[in-house]
This record gives sequence, C-alpha cells and structure tokens, in this order.
Amino acid sequence: MECTFIIARFDPDRDPRRYRRRYTVSAEPTDKILDCLNRIRAEQDPGLAFRASCAHGICGSDAMVINGRVELACQKLVRDFKTANNFVIEPLPLFTVLKDLIVDLEPFFEKYRQIRPYLIAGQEPPEFERLQDPEKQKVIDPALRCILCASCTASCPISRVNPGYLGPAALLRAFRYVFDSRDEAADSRLGELDTEDGAWGCKTMWWCSDVCPKEIPVTKCIGQIKRALNAGRTAR
Amino acid sequence: MEHRFDVVIVGSGLAGLRAAIELGHAASVAVLTKVFATRSHSGAAQGGIGAALGNEEEDSWEWHMFDTVKGSDYLGDQDAIEIMVRDAPRTLIELEHMGVPFNRTPEGKIAQRAFGGHTRNFGQAPVKRACYAADRTGRVILDTLWEQALQMGIRFFNEFQLIDLIVEDGRCGGAVACELATGAIHVFHAKAVLLATGGAGKIYKTTSNALASTGDGMAIAYRAGAPLEDMEFVQFHPTGLYKLGILISEAARGEGGILRNRSGERFMERYAPTIKDLAPRDMISRCILEEIRAGRGIDGKDYVHLDLIHLGEDVIGKKLVEIIGFARTYAGVDARREPIPVQPTCHYMMGGIASDADGQVLLDDRKTVFPGLYAAGECACVSVHGANRLGCNSLLDILVFGRRAGKEIRRYVQSVALPAGRAGLQEKYEALVQDMLAKQGDVTYAQIQGEMHAVMMDKVSVFRTETGLQAALSTVRDLKERYRRIHVRDKGRRFNRELLDVLELGYMLDLAEVITLGALFRRESRGAHSREDHPRRDDARFLVHSLVRLGADGVPRMSTKPVTITRFQPQERKY
Repeated sequence: MECTFIIARFDPDRDPRRYRRRYTVSAEPTDKILDCLNRIRAEQDPGLAFRASCAHGICGSDAMVINGRVELACQKLVRDFKTANNFVIEPLPLFTVLKDLIVDLEPFFEKYRQIRPYLIAGQEPPEFERLQDPEKQKVIDPALRCILCASCTASCPISRVNPGYLGPAALLRAFRYVFDSRDEAADSRLGELDTEDGAWGCKTMWWCSDVCPKEIPVTKCIGQIKRALNAGRTAR
Repeated sequence: MEHRFDVVIVGSGLAGLRAAIELGHAASVAVLTKVFATRSHSGAAQGGIGAALGNEEEDSWEWHMFDTVKGSDYLGDQDAIEIMVRDAPRTLIELEHMGVPFNRTPEGKIAQRAFGGHTRNFGQAPVKRACYAADRTGRVILDTLWEQALQMGIRFFNEFQLIDLIVEDGRCGGAVACELATGAIHVFHAKAVLLATGGAGKIYKTTSNALASTGDGMAIAYRAGAPLEDMEFVQFHPTGLYKLGILISEAARGEGGILRNRSGERFMERYAPTIKDLAPRDMISRCILEEIRAGRGIDGKDYVHLDLIHLGEDVIGKKLVEIIGFARTYAGVDARREPIPVQPTCHYMMGGIASDADGQVLLDDRKTVFPGLYAAGECACVSVHGANRLGCNSLLDILVFGRRAGKEIRRYVQSVALPAGRAGLQEKYEALVQDMLAKQGDVTYAQIQGEMHAVMMDKVSVFRTETGLQAALSTVRDLKERYRRIHVRDKGRRFNRELLDVLELGYMLDLAEVITLGALFRRESRGAHSREDHPRRDDARFLVHSLVRLGADGVPRMSTKPVTITRFQPQERKY
C-alpha cells in the first residue's frame, strides 16, 4: 500500500533552517518503519540521515519520534499504527539535532558516566564465581533489558526543564548497581542520588515507562531508589 | 586530523573491548567504532557462552574440546581449540567478577543450559554447558565490558569508519578513518592495529546480522595483503524468524523447543536420533531445507515451525523473554500459544583473517607474521570453528582470543618505537573521498547490493553446486566492474551515509568473491559447506584450510595450509 512519510530534515551545512519533506513509499503492513526509511534513502533521497544497526530492537540506535511518540523505528511495523498509512517522523526531543534524525547523544552518555556504571566490590574476589541468591539476582532483572536507546530520557518532562537532572536512563543503571547484591557501594551510590538532580528529580510522570521499547518499568525502579533513600533516612 | 597512539583497536564489540581492557594503562589505546560501543553486534548474542564449569551437571574441557572439533567437521585447529576450551572456565569466572549478571543455579552459581552440539562423554547426550543471562547474554557482557573500559578511561572514537590500514615496508603502522559526523579524515599513527570488526552477514539477503556487519576489517586486511582463511564456511542459523532473518536463539531448543514440519512431525528425530533438535546448526539448517524441498514446509511454503508451547510460562518468562518479544513484534505470534515460523538465516563467518592464537595476523602457511597487524573475534580465523561453529562458542572465542591479542600487543608495543608516520596521508585520503563524491556514474549502490544479495543467497548459501558457483563468480565479478561506475548522489560531508554504503559494498563484493572462490575450490561437503555435486567429506584432498590472498597484480590467489590435529582423529560425523 501507499504510505506518506513526512520527515523532519536539517543539514546546517546546506541550510540553517529546518524543514519537512514528504515522501510516498509503497509498503507492506508488516514492514518495519525502518524498512520504509531505508527504502526512501535507497530510492528517493540518499541524503536522508538516521542511525540504525541491528534492526531488531537490541542495539538501541534508531529511537526517533514517530507520529508524536518516541519509538524504535525497527520495532514498529506499518500495521501497528492506527493512523493507517500516514507517518510523521522527527528526531528525538531534548537533544541537539546534528542532521535530520540524528541527535547529539554526548549529554546522554555524560549523565550515564556520572553514576559510576560498574560493579564496585572492594574485596578480592573468590577463586570461583561469587555466589548470588537467584532471588536477589532477579531484583535487577528488569533493568538488564535496557539498550541505552535514550527514549526514556528524551521523553522525560523533567529532563527538559532541568538540564542537571540525571534522567531516567542513568537512574535506571544506578538502580541496577544499587540493588546488585554483589555491589558494595550501595550506600555511597544512594548518597549521590539523594538530590534534586538525582532520584528526587523524578516526579513520577511515567513517560519513561510508557515509551520504553523494552517495556522496562523505569519509574518503578526509580521509585525503589527513593524508597531506599527514605528507609536510610528513617534508619538514621 | 592526525593522532598518535600505541594501539588502535578497530571495533568495539567484545573482542575489541576485551583487548582494550587487557591493554588498560600499559599502553595508550584508541578504540574506533562505526557505531557506539553499546551498539556493537556482540550485543545481539542471545543464548549463552560455553564453558565446562560443571555447575549443573558433570562436564569436562575434554568433552567441550571433542564437541568443538567434531562440530567443526574436523577442520578446526585442535591446538587452538584446546587453548579456548581450557581457558573457558577462567573466562567465565572473570566475567562474573567484572559484574556480568548471569542467571543463577539454586546454590547461587552461574546457571547453564543445553546448546546444539554440546554433549557429555564424547557425544552420548546433551550437556548443560552454555552460561547465560536470560536470552540477552551478549548484551549484558557487552554492557559490562564497556563499563569496565569507561572506568579505565579508554578513549573511544564513536562513529568513525575505518577506511584503510597504514602499511609501510610490510609493517602496519596505523589506520585511516572517516569521522561520520563531519566527514573529516583522521589519520591514526600507531605501533599496532587490532582488527576486531566482526562479521559480514550483510553479504546475504536474509541475515541475523546488523547493518554494520559488512566485513570491513576482513576486506581491508585482504586488500593490504593479509590472507583470508576458510571463507567458504558461512553459517546459516536454522531458526531465523520467517522472512526477516531475525535470530531466534538456539536457547529456545536448549530449553526444550522442538522443530516441526507441516504434519507436526518432530523431523530432527529422523536426521539426528541421539541429540535431535540439539544437533549442530549446519545440520539442522540443511534438514529444514530438505523438509521444505520435500514439500513438508508449513502449508508447503519455505518455513517450518519452532514449537515452544509446552515449555510453560515459567521457562519462557524467565529465560526466553527477548525472543518471545521478537516473535510477537515482528511475526504477530504469541509463542506461548502458537509455534514460531522459522527458516535458516545467514548468521556467522567461520572464516576470516588468518591469525594465530595470540591475534597475530599470519601471511602464509609458515606462520610468517604481519608485523603490527592483529585480528580477533569474528573477523579472525584462528581457527577454532573450522567448517561449522557450535552455538555459544563465539562469545567464548572472542573473549579468550581478544584477551590473548591484548596481551601479545602489550608485549609487542613495548618492544618497538612508534613509526615516524609518513606525511601526506591526510591529503591522500581526502582526495580519495573527494574523487568518490565527484564521480558521475550510472548505477547506485542499492542496485548492485540488491544483485549481490540475490546471487549470494541463491547460489552460495546452504546448498552449492559447481555450475551455480561458477555463475555466481561471474556475476560477482561483473558487479565489481559495475561498482567502478557507482554514482554517489549525496554530496554532503556530514553523516553521508551513502558514501559509507558505497565503501561497505566494495568490502562485501571483495568478500563475496573470496567466499565463492573458496566454495569452488572445495569439491567436497564439510560442515556448513555443502556441495550437492560432491556430497561427501574428502579428507584425503580437503582436510586443509583454504587461503585466499590478493596478489600484487590484483588477482586473488588460492593456497592451502594444513589442519592441526592433536587429540582427535577425523571420524564420520553423526549425531
């Protein structure tokens, strides 16, 4: 069937203004939105710029706004949209657009680096693996699905008004380490998160959970950090 | 822009990251990646990583070694395989210590599951050897190693496309890359370059591989004079999602999933009575296609069913979450209630840049090294996988040999000085890009790529014949001619993806030619290479590795090198 794609374009090397361009593509209902974009690039407009790699929702490259909502272009099919065959495609909000649908993710990864995203275990490890209760391992399971696509942070209303806020993706990774029973730095990690730029920046608006292409309950994970902070306060 | 580092690592998947971590603070390291590290294709690995830990049931490295040798159809080098499987338990413990969140046994040890071709007691029955983190094992290892590298302050150059190696007097002294965001040429002078650029599945139309898996490192090494080894062995994974090729992990069968034909028959019982649906991938892919040829595909079409219904919510919910999501999203199938439609999909290159167990690139069958050039991971051929790789041996390979390459490079860079670095490279490669952009051709990359996909899929995939391969070779050579007349329509420099497509297509055409040449040379059937006109394995003539090297005259030359056999003499391969 014929589909119309209206795509946000921007290439500051050629034109300082942003504009939209309309394309007509013939597509099957089972085609991914990414397939359509690839076809536009191959057949109509080789200059159209977007990121993509694995094309099945595991590498996190192709988050963008599709009909007003943040989605992975490789994880949405034409038939998934009630709007039938009309699509409006825009780059992720929040970040600076570099070209067309490609945004500058450096601020996203900068936030990520701030939360010390690695296991901190002071003691010399044992000769074999550290034993871990499977029930305790399961606690962090939802956060392990994260593919760092930036959908949550891009959609977060607080991230838009407070540039200092860690944002949901970085907080989710902090959750993954705070609640990893092998990590020995939970207290100092929680201390660092106990600010308005940290966990308390979250006002439980649910956008992050709503858009997450891996269906991670991001808001609830951040909520667990807040509860741990409150519990720590009561204990003191 | 010019840079100077001790070591340049190209590729940020597990092989590249593991080498970078091994080099750590001992040398200055730059990691170049055409994507972002966390988007490397190692992250798509699902099912597990093999190691005879014996956490779930008795196991030994000798059994692991035997399975790998037999799985390779006796083409793997047994000295290298022994290094890999003996180092496997240490590798797993190390990953756990770094923080990889593996699933656990009730006692809290790393959990293990069954996988294709992995057996107890030299082939008696399946064994639980694949260590896993649900069905996102590659993803969580990639995240963990990347975070380790961040912690060490390793320098990443994200979205940098490798263009060429700097080779002077037969020694590699760095690499040239294009920064995608600006189109600028960057020259990296270095004492050593490690290629860890992964596979080349995008040569084929149906593949589980990422858009980035275009064989850049293999082709660039080949153009620089390094031989490619055993390239005719291309793995088709039996269970790609129908029409899309998206990987449905072997873990699905490791957990008890069953393949069925149109009459609901568990057909693998007929082909592999002992281990059935856990036979190796080459064999199952052929069996699926045999069923389809015999009209026993579902509704007579070109796919079969993967049935997980009987596994129950608990197994599916805890261990197979991602693939259930893929089936739902892309095929509209609820795998808890209905079978998943699957067909073979191009998955892995057993062949690659000829290299030794320390990552050194080898120039010939006398183990002459290419000074300064190293390779590890899927782009390298050590060879541990021979004619067919077993599932969950790939993550193991890239971690074991990534680390070993890192160690060897650390030793090497302490013994040599940084090359002076020829002037004018920046200008040379800038001119090359300008020429590509200025050229007025009459064909686009998409047209040539489409024809390459079609011919490789049709004539150089699971089943091959002399006539088909000859036709494919002539088509690929014709495409290489037409490639010279390619027209780059996008003239900008900022994120010029079309320029990248054209470069990648050039790499893939070179590799398609080498794969086809290897397949023509090998007049036998072994592992993933199945010649219908030569259906038997022929150890007398072909128990050798193939090597293809680009001559100074631009013509590929075929030669061979012996297979190293230590513990296990070749036998008939039955399961």
